[in-house]
Amino acid sequence: MTEQEQFDEVVRAGRTVESADWMPDGYRATLIRQIAQHAHSEIIGMQPEGAWLTRAPSLRRKAILIAKVQDEAGHGLYLYGAAETLGISRSEMLDLLHADKHRYAMSFDYGVPTWADVAALGWLGDGAAIVNQVPLSRCSYGPYARAMARVCKEESFHQRQGFEAMAALVAGTDAQRAMAQAAVDRWWWPALMLFGPPDDESPRTADSMRWGIKRNTNDELRRKFVDMTAPQAEHLGLTLPDPKLRRRDDGTYEFTTIDLEEFTNNLRGQGPYARQRRDYRRDAHANGAWVREAVAAFQARAQIEPEVA
Amino acid sequence: MSYVEPLWEVFLRADRGLSHVHVGSLHAPDPEVAVLSARDLYTRRSEGVSLWVVRSENIHTSDPGKRAQYFESAAEKPYRHARHYAVPEGLNL
Repeated sequence: MTEQEQFDEVVRAGRTVESADWMPDGYRATLIRQIAQHAHSEIIGMQPEGAWLTRAPSLRRKAILIAKVQDEAGHGLYLYGAAETLGISRSEMLDLLHADKHRYAMSFDYGVPTWADVAALGWLGDGAAIVNQVPLSRCSYGPYARAMARVCKEESFHQRQGFEAMAALVAGTDAQRAMAQAAVDRWWWPALMLFGPPDDESPRTADSMRWGIKRNTNDELRRKFVDMTAPQAEHLGLTLPDPKLRRRDDGTYEFTTIDLEEFTNNLRGQGPYARQRRDYRRDAHANGAWVREAVAAFQARAQIEPEVA
Repeated sequence: MSYVEPLWEVFLRADRGLSHVHVGSLHAPDPEVAVLSARDLYTRRSEGVSLWVVRSENIHTSDPGKRAQYFESAAEKPYRHARHYAVPEGLNL
């Protein structure tokens, strides 16, 4: 058997490819691009919620939000670690992000003007992320699948805390209910965009499915998310901003798919908060340079003057 | 600035009596920081009771290209398993 045949057989049998195994160049490049995009999204995704840490409406909500943002840092690190097994370094990936040569989920390029937006981002944004991520924990690349299994286990709390915060708002005053509805109006479409372009506009889907990186197409997962989420919105007494949304007899939903023009503009880095998110990330990295330099200097000194026991 | 914090592999013991299991990797300048970072990164939800960190460069693996050479010969030695041997009915052997 050739290396290619062995690889095909492992993927066909639903087993995992490990970092030291032979793999096609396209498989490696696709994984690096996808895992790095995913890691960057976790890191950029800390910004919209991090901005609310000092303004959370109660100590409990604040503790929950800190834990969630900390998880996102952790998820970014698991994923950078998984990508590093493919032969790219974390600093290379960060450089590519800072040079706008790597993407992140542009759903984070929308604003969070109210506390209800934090709730909506958790309920809808993390809800969409979970639907996207669960199949990835069964993907063909072992280090990515294992990192995703860990991420998914931690992520379900993210969605539930968002739903709970939403439930608290809709049980409140008229003003709080209106705030909740306005946030849902803002976050519904960005959440649907997290699944990526429609299948007929997604040129890489076929390769990714063949390689077992993706187990479902973007549209399949988007439908699944809508079917799960529409009843939750109904329970909360909130309206999803889609006039075509309608429950079919079999319990699935008819809905309008994403606006491709808006999606494409976002991909080009023209989302409303894209500039702010990127600048903030670059500044944070630059402002942390002295820490990295201090660590390097300390290590260099330790080499010259070994510590006396 | 060419200094890169070295990579460490993290192993976690979930509970007393279990083995340490590989959970992932991280960058840290020295073993102390590696253990502290491993705690922050891999045990935020009481996942374990003990951590090991090992410099990634100190891990050496068998050649995946020689998997058959390494491991397949065991398949030809069924007599190493107890179930290879017939046990007369009624005996607790």
